[in-house]
Amino acid sequence: MAPLSNTDVLRGTLDLLILQTLALEPMHGWGISRRIRDRSEDAFEVGQGSLYPALQRLEQKGWLKSEWRRTEENRRAKYYHLTSSGRRALGEEVASWRAYVRAMELVLEPSS
Amino acid sequence: MRGSWLPDRLRGWWKQLRGLFDKAALERELDEELAYHVERETEANVAAGMDPAAARRRAELEFRGRERYKEEVRDARWTRLAEDFVSDVGYGLRSLRQRPGFAAAAVLTLGLAIGATVAIVSVVKPVLFEPLPYPDSGRLVSITDVAPDGAPLPAAFGTVVELGERSRSFEALAAYRSWRPTLTGAGRPERLDGQRVGADYFRALDVRPALGRHFTHDDDRASGPDVVIIDHGLWRARFGGDPDIVGRRITLDSRPFTVVGVLPASFENVTASTARVWAPLQYDATLPSFEGREWGHHLDVLARLRPGVEVDAAGTELDRIAGDPLPVHPRPAWASLGGGLRVAPLRDTVTRAARPTLLAVFGAVVLLLVIGCVNVTNLLLARGVGRREELAMRTALGAGRGRLIRQLLTESLLLSAVGGAVGLGLAVLGVRGLVAVSPPGQPRLSAVHVDPTALVVAVAVTTFVGVVVGLVPAVRAARTDPRSAIQERSPTAGAHHRARGTLVAAEVALTFVLLIGAGLLLRSVDRLLAVDTGFAESGVLALQVQTSGDRLADDDAIHRYFDQVLAAVRAVPGVADGALTSQLPLTGEADRYGVRRPDVELPADPRRDAGVYRYAVAGRYFRTLGVPLRRGRVFDDGGADQRVAVISESLARRHFAGTDPIGRPLHVGRPDLPPYTVIGVVADVRQLSLAAGPDAGVYVPRRQWYFADGAPWIAVRTNGQAAALTAAVRAAIWSVDADQPIVRVATTSELVRTSAATQRFALALFQLFALVALALSAIGIYGLLAGTVGERRREIGVRVVLGASRRDVVAMVLGHGLGLAAIGAAIGLVAAVLGSRALSSLLFGVSRLDPLTYAGAVTVVGAVAAAACAVPAWRAGRVDPAITLRAE
Repeated sequence: MAPLSNTDVLRGTLDLLILQTLALEPMHGWGISRRIRDRSEDAFEVGQGSLYPALQRLEQKGWLKSEWRRTEENRRAKYYHLTSSGRRALGEEVASWRAYVRAMELVLEPSS
Repeated sequence: MRGSWLPDRLRGWWKQLRGLFDKAALERELDEELAYHVERETEANVAAGMDPAAARRRAELEFRGRERYKEEVRDARWTRLAEDFVSDVGYGLRSLRQRPGFAAAAVLTLGLAIGATVAIVSVVKPVLFEPLPYPDSGRLVSITDVAPDGAPLPAAFGTVVELGERSRSFEALAAYRSWRPTLTGAGRPERLDGQRVGADYFRALDVRPALGRHFTHDDDRASGPDVVIIDHGLWRARFGGDPDIVGRRITLDSRPFTVVGVLPASFENVTASTARVWAPLQYDATLPSFEGREWGHHLDVLARLRPGVEVDAAGTELDRIAGDPLPVHPRPAWASLGGGLRVAPLRDTVTRAARPTLLAVFGAVVLLLVIGCVNVTNLLLARGVGRREELAMRTALGAGRGRLIRQLLTESLLLSAVGGAVGLGLAVLGVRGLVAVSPPGQPRLSAVHVDPTALVVAVAVTTFVGVVVGLVPAVRAARTDPRSAIQERSPTAGAHHRARGTLVAAEVALTFVLLIGAGLLLRSVDRLLAVDTGFAESGVLALQVQTSGDRLADDDAIHRYFDQVLAAVRAVPGVADGALTSQLPLTGEADRYGVRRPDVELPADPRRDAGVYRYAVAGRYFRTLGVPLRRGRVFDDGGADQRVAVISESLARRHFAGTDPIGRPLHVGRPDLPPYTVIGVVADVRQLSLAAGPDAGVYVPRRQWYFADGAPWIAVRTNGQAAALTAAVRAAIWSVDADQPIVRVATTSELVRTSAATQRFALALFQLFALVALALSAIGIYGLLAGTVGERRREIGVRVVLGASRRDVVAMVLGHGLGLAAIGAAIGLVAAVLGSRALSSLLFGVSRLDPLTYAGAVTVVGAVAAAACAVPAWRAGRVDPAITLRAE
């Protein structure tokens, strides 16, 4: 599957992707973008241009927290992790995304 | 789950806040974060088989325009707001400076509207809206007797005594009257305003003295002790704030009075705001005879209702007492309480006279504030149109909608802030000015100060309008496609002009209402000043001397003293004639006595029985005052040593209808004394005011009255400027006895002017407001037409090409402007017809629907509108189609 361009990752879904990624474990920016790409089988390429503003936005909403930590290879990186309100938000976002997808499916499915 | 969202949020905000102050640290952090990303990306590219240099280039390529998203990251932080605010203010100031005309007009409009509103509200609020400055002041009432004609009448002491014993509605009840003692001793002699009050006066108001005590019932009895309570200001000014003042003796009217109390600094005496000393009334509560002062109608009465008693219930109780005389409380005929008694909230009584004027002025200033808001709206809309291209350009260059809105908001707030500051300045000046020009007797002036609430409200209203209206262009710019806005005229321009046209028409309508108000008042003042006062309105100077002290202890001494004064004054060069009179017209004095014909019994008639003004005169009064003789003769030239009287035309008509009064007997005042013989009839004079009808009066020789008036006026007719002789006449009076204070100085022309003071006060403000409103309307019309002509240049050009003459074009523009003015005037006409009712009580001799005034207002509005249209119309007429069309 050819990678979709950055702009195809809609703003709202980018937030969802970031939250979902961080739900597994705390991660730094580059790691987040990597994981999104891997898990979407290269479909979503999240550029820094949208990633870092999004992280900033989510942190301001109080959904993320960040701290500087040492990486496995002993370099300094800024790690983000979900706050409890971030976790709650993720639940809601996932639910509404599922509802959206279901609705789309219903519309797109050839009527029987 | 760790913690709730609130601490998370707070931490987020804390970070933002820190970022605001430590911007460099935050930038470094961002740089480091991004650098780490590039490194990892490079490594990943190398691992994927790229050579390191290419891998790095690739990684950095993604960071192309790195600054751009650093900007975006920053934008996501609200620290951005603060940074933007500073730049917005700078931009706003620059853009206002670029259009000084717009900025000046908007700031001036806001300033005038805010300043005028705050000043007027500051003055009217204590009178119209605030309770009196006493604890639980809603329970304070005034009690008045009612004259046979239904007019309120001061009460007699006998009535107060009876009410005190019989009524159950009041906690405290006290009579009071004015008192003007002269303070001597330390420093120069000073005449003080004061009051003689019943023992419970301060208890009724619920005011505790700062020092000493209240009056007691033991103080307030016939020939009780000479004790006095003074106010805080007098205590500080004359006695240096002496903490041992209580018990000290001070000299009032040459008698020693013991100070028993000092009132607190916060005390405000609403029944007489200039009073500074109080002494007990000391009337004889045993009411020895009907002839004494105990039964004269000259006391005001206030009372504090018992808790839970309503004003109406108290009124009902007093009416019941009035209608049920008891043998133990005998009443004379003139205080029989036949008309009942009237109980009213003290606040209404104190402010009643001023209320209609202040309400009218308040209404006018609200209109002005609305006009101001309309005008600012108009200016901002016009400016919004002018900036459409600028805003569209900025949208095209990538400015976000929020950013544009923020910036316009900042500009609106800037305008409001500057306008508010100008308004505050004007309000301070305005309040001072208003207090200075307030008509005499305006209540509660000492409570007037710039009202902070009014300031906040006025600024809030104008700011709200400014902000809302200021946002319209930003929202519109964000909504429309920038290309269309830049390339061509917006399709919404038509709707926009209709909106502005409506605003201009509204402005004209409001202005019209103010013009009508000003016009009606102008006509009223004209009519008032044209009233025939019945005496010479210029050339007469009068000084009132209040006798005091032991030297003038009896009537004879007083008569002798004033005879000497009159002789001395007549000898002053420049004095043509001189006279004494117990009361002077238009001074507010209202000394009335009943008159009765002993020869004929006339049927009861409220007007006839209400009493007439009694003038005890000496010297050549009629010649001095210029009161014209109608029949018979006057006692100017002899006859003053006989029991004769001169009556006014109204009195002659009422009591001698159809018969010749000359030679007839007439009782004035006490019917037990021999009657006077009428020798002449003179014109009526206006005694109370210009507006009150011509008043019936009776003149008797001063020495033929049964007591000597202690405070007569010395009136002189001068050959030239009356006021210029003041010093010389004063010196002549003091040459007889330097210790007698001169309490008032007036010229008849001043008295006439002062009598129209209320109307003139209202007129001055209405004229000012109407002028400002006219100017704002003219600006509104001009602004709209100038804008339209500018925008319709092309259309006008096309019309000219298609054969329209210049006249057609000019007529089109004029028609647009005058049409709006006509619509506005028509609406204003209806509003004025309805609204002028509020002015009724201020009008004199002119109907509130006076056609001349309405015609005048239409003319003025038409002329101003035409003037405002002239320049844009002329400009439209000069549009050269060749140039205009080529420019497109």
